[in-house]
Amino acid sequence: MPKLTPEQIHAIIREEFGTEAVSDLDNSRTMPNFTVLDHSLWQPIAYFMRTDERLKFDYLACLSGVDYNDGTLGVVYNLESLAAYQHKIAVKLKCTKEKNVVPSVAEIWRTAEWHEREAYDLVGIIFDGHPDLRRILCPEDWEGHPLRKDYKVQEYYHGIKVPY
Amino acid sequence: MAETIEHTPKTRLSQVGANQYIVEKDLETEYMTINMGPQHPSTHGVLRVELVTDGEVVVKATPYLGYLHRCFEKHAEALDYQQVIPYTDRMDYLAAMNTEHAYVMAIEKLLNIEVPRRIEFMRVIVAELQRIASHQVAIATYGLDIGAFTPFLHIMRDREHILTLLEWLCGARMLYNYIWVGGVSHNFPPKFKQRVAEFVKYYKPKVDEMMALLTENELFIERTRGVGILPADVAINYGCSGPMLRGSGVKWDLRKNDPYSIYPELEFDVVVPDGKLSIIGDSLSRHLVRCYEIYESLKIIQQCIDKMPEDPNFDPHAAVPKRIKPPAGEVYARGENPRGEVGFYVISDGKSTKPFRCKARSGCFVNLSVLPELAKGNLISDVVAILGSIDIVLGEVDR
Amino acid sequence: MPSLLDAKISHGGVIVTKVEDLLNWSRLSSLWPMSFGLACCAIEMMATNASNYDLERFGIFPRSSPRQSDLMIVAGTVTFKMAERVKRLYDQMSEPRYVLSMGSCANCGGPYWEHGYHVVKGVDRIIPVDVYVPGCPPRPEALIGGLMKIQELIRHERLGLSRKEALQKIAAKTAPAEEVIIAAHPFNANVKPTVVERQEKETEEATA
Repeated sequence: MPKLTPEQIHAIIREEFGTEAVSDLDNSRTMPNFTVLDHSLWQPIAYFMRTDERLKFDYLACLSGVDYNDGTLGVVYNLESLAAYQHKIAVKLKCTKEKNVVPSVAEIWRTAEWHEREAYDLVGIIFDGHPDLRRILCPEDWEGHPLRKDYKVQEYYHGIKVPY
Repeated sequence: MAETIEHTPKTRLSQVGANQYIVEKDLETEYMTINMGPQHPSTHGVLRVELVTDGEVVVKATPYLGYLHRCFEKHAEALDYQQVIPYTDRMDYLAAMNTEHAYVMAIEKLLNIEVPRRIEFMRVIVAELQRIASHQVAIATYGLDIGAFTPFLHIMRDREHILTLLEWLCGARMLYNYIWVGGVSHNFPPKFKQRVAEFVKYYKPKVDEMMALLTENELFIERTRGVGILPADVAINYGCSGPMLRGSGVKWDLRKNDPYSIYPELEFDVVVPDGKLSIIGDSLSRHLVRCYEIYESLKIIQQCIDKMPEDPNFDPHAAVPKRIKPPAGEVYARGENPRGEVGFYVISDGKSTKPFRCKARSGCFVNLSVLPELAKGNLISDVVAILGSIDIVLGEVDR
Repeated sequence: MPSLLDAKISHGGVIVTKVEDLLNWSRLSSLWPMSFGLACCAIEMMATNASNYDLERFGIFPRSSPRQSDLMIVAGTVTFKMAERVKRLYDQMSEPRYVLSMGSCANCGGPYWEHGYHVVKGVDRIIPVDVYVPGCPPRPEALIGGLMKIQELIRHERLGLSRKEALQKIAAKTAPAEEVIIAAHPFNANVKPTVVERQEKETEEATA
């Protein structure tokens, strides 16, 4: 089976899950992507993308947490079919700062375990269903989520002055 | 906290002769929690691995990271696009040129600019030289971990030649800030290409010598053969890349499968182990992949020197934009680092000269997440062998 | 000061010297550092140990355990997660112990001084430092120069002299900063360091 274009991949997902589950394809020159609008369907969609015969996205290249500076946070997944067709697509999920919960795909792509821990640590997104969600890069008793746009550095940590 | 193993100690009685009996009693044992702490001679930097062992056999291994978290992503949001390049150097400090190359490719894709052909050749030459230097350190420190001191000295002597060449080119031995958006910072000095060709000719027999020191060593093979076998589908699901993935038999190299720069015009092979000396997927395969990749890099450098266009009035800053303000958009660009795939996901909001979000996807971070899987059931000294074959650099793991 | 070997050896192969000189000479000729490589500077430290810039000829042999070493070369960035471990390792070293801060990250936070929330701005916020070696990373020759400064420090130690006084004796021999940094150079005229600017702005806002 051939390498699919982003439009074909998007059409297959829409065919399987309906037109309301995912947004339109943003066919940008640099990174074609679509947004999953219904969070409860994200885990089934991810499993479908990994196991379907035409798609076979077995490689999660990158999972990034983003603070969009307008009250919303997001997660961006870069997927690739490494062993089979070598086609690529990106998927986005958005949530608000108050209700910052997103379903976890750690069971589907094992690489997401550590990436989601990092997104939780730095941006503060909680992944529902993650086996072991705790801070990975900053110390366990660090205050705040550093990559948020409104982050203020704490003055002292264990008696050592933090700013210059 | 010590946990007891789920088995009830029993006493067994067996008869071996007419009036001879043997009584066997099981020992009551507990799990032991040992810390391979942040300061350790063989953890390749500041990595903490917490091992839960049953005697000498490891039952659970948990890596703890963050001891070198230097806030690269926060710096990338606070500095201009070209000011971020020295910070990408310091992420994977052994493969600085390759990391710079991946970042600069991301920005060039956002700006949609075309880079002159001679610049591409220059970038590939330094990237491959850097790849050789990085593999040299990986092999030397792997030998040190296993206990062999001599390869370290021989290899560092040859690495100094590469560092001297790069210092002649751009002024720094280790962290260069050489590859800029749209160009490079310095032109090749006169006679640089001859010196690089001489180095390639000098170094090839030395690679044979280096391989003989380690891979013809019975002790080295005993310690690394069959240790830490990683099946291919597990590797892909965990997101491994680079020699980790190729050591498990998957023929995936970004320079061939998702080519960038002028790699499509160059002829080289993707190194995959054949299972004759090592078992496919074990530590020895990963080590052999790195050794044979040095030969491929030497081939690439020789081809680049032969094919590179000459230009007497060449200005390396000709295509470098004065002010980098890309239109709104996002890109995920990746390059083949010696340690795996290094990718940069950059979002630009179109309004400022600083990135809105720059996430660095590092190969070592993902490769290290396989350690708990690989270390189960092995001895403690095997954990050292596995960690050495994963080849981590903590600057990239923690960013 | 003539070294011991230059001293005239009188009949019978007898050298006359002070006990302090003999002790200092033996200590500085076999400084054993604890290899505490954290980041990129660790690679330059390894390169200094290796074939080209051999450190073994100075008697410097890296040890892994803090209890068996008398010098700690802090090579690389110290982060807050690592800070307590650095203090613990320093406490485990036995006296007389020396600390050499290698690279600009260990000196003052380095390139991460402004936005690095997780970087300790200089290892001297945690442990006392004797010699600072600047550079990012410092060349092997620079590191060897720093180690020779530690050797000079040891040479000036006397049994009744504290470390602080020995450091002052070293400082007395070096040139003051004003003679070294040419303030009158036109390049430096309009440039004010960012920290000074920020402090001036803060005092202005405080008084305004």
